[in-house]
Amino acid sequence: MKTAIYLTLLLVSIAAPMQGQDKFLCKNGHIWFYSETPLETIEAHNYTVASVLTPATGDVVFQLLIKSFKFERALMEEHFNENFMESAKFPKSDFKGKIVNLKEIDFSKNGSYKAVVEGDLTIHNRTNRIRQNGTIEVKGTAILVKAKFDIAPKDYDIEIPSAVRDKIAKTVAVTVDMTYEPYRK
Amino acid sequence: MKPLMILPLLACTLLLPGALFAQDVDSLLSALTTPATEYASATFKATRIINGHSIKQMKARQLDFRIHHRFGEVRGGAYELWGLDQSTIFLGLEYGVTDWLMVGAGRSSYKKAYNGFGKFRLWRQSSGEENMPVAISGYAGIDVQTLDWTDPQRENYFSSRLSYIFQLFIARKFSEELSLQVTPSVVHRNLVPTALDENDLFALGFGGRYKLTSRISFNAEYFLVITPGREGVEKPVDALSLGFDIETGGHVFQLMFTNALLMTERGFIGETTGQWSKGGVHLGFNISRVFTL
Repeated sequence: MKTAIYLTLLLVSIAAPMQGQDKFLCKNGHIWFYSETPLETIEAHNYTVASVLTPATGDVVFQLLIKSFKFERALMEEHFNENFMESAKFPKSDFKGKIVNLKEIDFSKNGSYKAVVEGDLTIHNRTNRIRQNGTIEVKGTAILVKAKFDIAPKDYDIEIPSAVRDKIAKTVAVTVDMTYEPYRK
Repeated sequence: MKPLMILPLLACTLLLPGALFAQDVDSLLSALTTPATEYASATFKATRIINGHSIKQMKARQLDFRIHHRFGEVRGGAYELWGLDQSTIFLGLEYGVTDWLMVGAGRSSYKKAYNGFGKFRLWRQSSGEENMPVAISGYAGIDVQTLDWTDPQRENYFSSRLSYIFQLFIARKFSEELSLQVTPSVVHRNLVPTALDENDLFALGFGGRYKLTSRISFNAEYFLVITPGREGVEKPVDALSLGFDIETGGHVFQLMFTNALLMTERGFIGETTGQWSKGGVHLGFNISRVFTL
């Protein structure tokens, strides 16, 4: 009898994490930003964004290295790291959030779904709560996530001196493009 | 007995493949976004510490237009507006062919000299998987003085106008603020004023910067001439320079006080005469404007 109870417990404990903790990983996600003013257009791409998505709970976590943003102009990249982002002091940026409208997304069925994500975005060691829209596309075993939103450098304590104020937009357009695969350890 | 045996099994199921917990997610992402080797960057703001080159190079397709300017000696006093009445200028165009090779050409008003050089990266300072405590670069340059011959009557050779400069830059970025550099240098002059002057001058440069804010740094530089002077010939004075780097967008302004009037290696290593103690000091500035081609 006792053995039977333990066996049941054992089975439950196997099943529960298998179901609830299925995760999807993206190792080489693409995040880029774009700033445009009459004086200057600035664009930088990061192709090594890492992220984990948990369909069952709706948890999404992103992490990226600031120094991995590549600019066309080497000097801009240097100033971005040295003067604006202080990437030696604050090397990484991350986002930890949840899909708010999880019920509307069927991860077991191919298709494109509108997703609302809410969570904490940390840039330059400053954390802000954000809520943004994006799309989640289920395509076979892969999950594709796309989002586009604006962020204001001043919300993240990024100081822009008067000499370059006219060259950097007040809000910077951020585009997120991720492809997740099932995660196996 | 049996239940106790099952307990460890239970524990194992928690670590089944596919099961991943919050702290695991963090460490997984952290591992994915941490580079194996990290290279030091922006050891100096400009390609010059003050007069001499720094370890920094223009990256590929970056063009640096440089204007270096030195006023006269401060000891000229109010009559000379503390040197502001005189000016010596150097103009240069310097270009990053690749991230590891930079070439440049320039002209100095003093002795109407042209110069050309190549500067190449040998090792980068790095930490992590590849660990290298210092960055090392090499430099080779040529200097051509085109001033009319002082004695046109005698047989003059073009080669007499030439000097060659070889340097090594050994630098380390100790922290975000502090970077130091040692610069072993050789200046070979094909023609020297008198038979007693040395053709080869060996010197050791010391330079550094300390960042005061993210855009302003304090710089210092000293070139020690090692070659002993012969009797009856004056040894060049060691060049000591103190200044500030001020960075604004695509420009770097370097403001300095230096006892060297000349702005190329042949000049500030081999022909410095001003003495700090006697007011033989020049106010000067370098302007660097970088373009991406």
